[in-house]
Amino acid sequence: MSSTLPKFAFLDPQIDMAHGAGGKATRRLIDDLLGPLLYGTDAPLLPDSARLEIAGSQVLATSDSFVVKPLRFPGGSIGSLAVHGTVNDLAVSGARAQALLVNLVLEAGTETAVLAAELESLSEAARAAGVKIVGGDTKVVEKGKADRMYISTFGIGVPIPGLDPSPYRVRPGDRVLISGPVGDHGITILLARGDLDFEADLCSDSRSVLPLVEALAFVEVGVRWMRDPTRGGVATALNELAGDTGLGIVLRDDDIPLRDAVRSACELLGLDPLHIASEGQFLAVIAAEHAEAALGVLRRTPGGADSRIIGEVREQPSGTVLVANSYGSSRVVDMLVGDPLPRIC
Amino acid sequence: MRFVDEFRDSALVAGAIREIHRLADPRRHYRLMEVCGGHTHSIYRFGLHELLPSNVELVHGPGCPVCVLPMGRIDDALSIAGQPGVIVCGFGDLMRVPGKQGTPLQWRSRGADIRIVYSPSDALQLALANLEKQVVFFAIGFETTAPSTALTLMRAKQEGVQNFSVFSNHVTILSAMRAVLDSPDMRIDGFIGPGHVSTVIGCEPYEWIARQESKPIVIAGFEPLDILQSIIMLLRQLNVGESRVENQYRRAVPQRGNRAALQAMADVFELRTYFEWRGLGFIAQSALGIRESYAPWNAERRFNVPGIRITDPKSAQCGEVLKGVLKPPQCKLFGKECTPELPVGALMVSSEGSCAAYYQYEYRKTRIAARV
Amino acid sequence: MCLAIPGRIVELLSERDNLALVEVAGIRRRIDVGLLQLDDAPHAGDWVLIHVGFAISKISEERAAEQMQILTLLGEQAAALEEISGYGLPETWEAGE
Repeated sequence: MSSTLPKFAFLDPQIDMAHGAGGKATRRLIDDLLGPLLYGTDAPLLPDSARLEIAGSQVLATSDSFVVKPLRFPGGSIGSLAVHGTVNDLAVSGARAQALLVNLVLEAGTETAVLAAELESLSEAARAAGVKIVGGDTKVVEKGKADRMYISTFGIGVPIPGLDPSPYRVRPGDRVLISGPVGDHGITILLARGDLDFEADLCSDSRSVLPLVEALAFVEVGVRWMRDPTRGGVATALNELAGDTGLGIVLRDDDIPLRDAVRSACELLGLDPLHIASEGQFLAVIAAEHAEAALGVLRRTPGGADSRIIGEVREQPSGTVLVANSYGSSRVVDMLVGDPLPRIC
Repeated sequence: MRFVDEFRDSALVAGAIREIHRLADPRRHYRLMEVCGGHTHSIYRFGLHELLPSNVELVHGPGCPVCVLPMGRIDDALSIAGQPGVIVCGFGDLMRVPGKQGTPLQWRSRGADIRIVYSPSDALQLALANLEKQVVFFAIGFETTAPSTALTLMRAKQEGVQNFSVFSNHVTILSAMRAVLDSPDMRIDGFIGPGHVSTVIGCEPYEWIARQESKPIVIAGFEPLDILQSIIMLLRQLNVGESRVENQYRRAVPQRGNRAALQAMADVFELRTYFEWRGLGFIAQSALGIRESYAPWNAERRFNVPGIRITDPKSAQCGEVLKGVLKPPQCKLFGKECTPELPVGALMVSSEGSCAAYYQYEYRKTRIAARV
Repeated sequence: MCLAIPGRIVELLSERDNLALVEVAGIRRRIDVGLLQLDDAPHAGDWVLIHVGFAISKISEERAAEQMQILTLLGEQAAALEEISGYGLPETWEAGE
């Protein structure tokens, strides 16, 4: 009996850091290698969470891995990030997280105090987010084989009534909303690494966005699609939407909320804030007639005061995200290729 | 942000644009070259070229220090990085530039100790914090950056730091401009001059462009209003047949330049007899090498580097694009064999290289039907 | 080699090492001010251009203000000229600097 492996189109000879950065290279890895080999050759659009029907009930499931250096940073740590990231993936898929399984890969030599601190962060974040940690696996690897610890999670949740986000529901004319200022997390991590020697009044925005998502579910606001702009930032998330739908998205530069420190860091380092990760925000595409109402709901919900409408969906330019400025011109903003790197030119 | 936001004001931008439209003589076609990659970046970031009348054309010049760095020099740096006990550090701009066997980032993922620094002084700090390692700073940049490298070398010498050296690839902007002006196909009417280089060298070194080449040059800042005002100043000169050096960036550029910076550069560096510029070939007296008095801190003396010349494929027309003779999409490889993800020439690798900037900001727009 | 951002000197830290604490809206860093020592010694409150962790030049507030005035006048004149161009008058008058 012979077996035929599906062919795959992935041409890179080895895996590089770029494949994990969340931009184009990651997309190639998923579309051209993981898709054919893991998910079947007709890989559907891969959402943040998978919708499953189990014994007659609908559940959503998601999985994520957390590799962050330094482990602790202003506003959070790998433990709280792991909870928030998983809860948020489920939330933007329209689900309320109920349970988490947490896997730990620990580097031998890690101090117990360090591990205990992360377990406390995990536990506290889970409690605050209303989700139970129900199990998981722990492995220890040799010194040098893990940056102290890697955390991966499996989260399971139930659909929130009133929400059924999907790229297929997005229409020209829909508005794009963001729940608050972008880039806090990414810049905090960059500065926390210490290589750049900058100090800032800034901390990670790591938090659960579930309360904000649930607020949208209660009002008839026609949520079409949601995504949390983590690795690769707003630009990558919206480029994925534009690519999946073949529609265009136009953002207004002046309307994108940014904290001063994030803006300054980006100017100093030559970075585009639209490529910087947030871990406590989400993008929502809302039908035009409901956009103002949705904005109002978010702003009245604790944690949503800085929500903004930042742009809209159009027929053209197909598959492309543009940022328009107040001068009447615009620029294309693409998915991130690799990690955002500071520049001097 | 002060001194930034006011120079981005949209009402003032609208006024400047109106003035440009008023000044541009419809019977003429003006070709203005912005020399500096930072200007190219600003122009695309703010879409300034879209706001100009169609007879005012901006041509992107060779002022991108990553773009003009020969591939062989990347390989030299990587061969140093491949040696045990060595940390090579450089600016983020360098990390994705391909050498023959990969980019610095790829070498890092294979185990080489390559780090990104924001400042050459951070590289020196790294050396002080890692005395058992050799730390090499991969220096690039025009005269804006060279004085900072110079001060760092002076400090290293002063403190007798034994484990620090610099791999110098600093080049001079005027050589690049001369290469452009010497090109027989060149059709540039005026120059938007490099504002930050000029904070160091002042305005006088550009006089020969105005006098001998009869081209006006306006030293420009980097915000939208700076660039637009500089275009206004150039159009005014061109309309009456003048060619002078003007300083638009007076809030930051002193007429005579920065004495301390020039002195530091003179102490530490000397002009190399020849240096190869990617796309432009060998140019005499165009690059900064480290003086004998700083030999112990010169990475090219401390390490044996292969020094192999790697030429770009003949089909890559980087030189012509660098000199403004061709526009990026006119190069046969553009968008096909040569893209930002798989760059053949360095103009596609650096994000403010003409080809990468064009690809990123323009190409995708012109390929699709509607406009915003 | 072009990316330089304006920042304000908050305080001079070390004369020996030529270091100053500089702030750019919400971000602070130690910056080497060694390149400013000859022409125009730096003081707290000065605005400087920061490039690769070094101050490469001071920013003159007066010249910036002058420039803003010119740009404002430019905008007003351009608008005025647009208005009067409707009257068919010849545009031989050039806005002076």
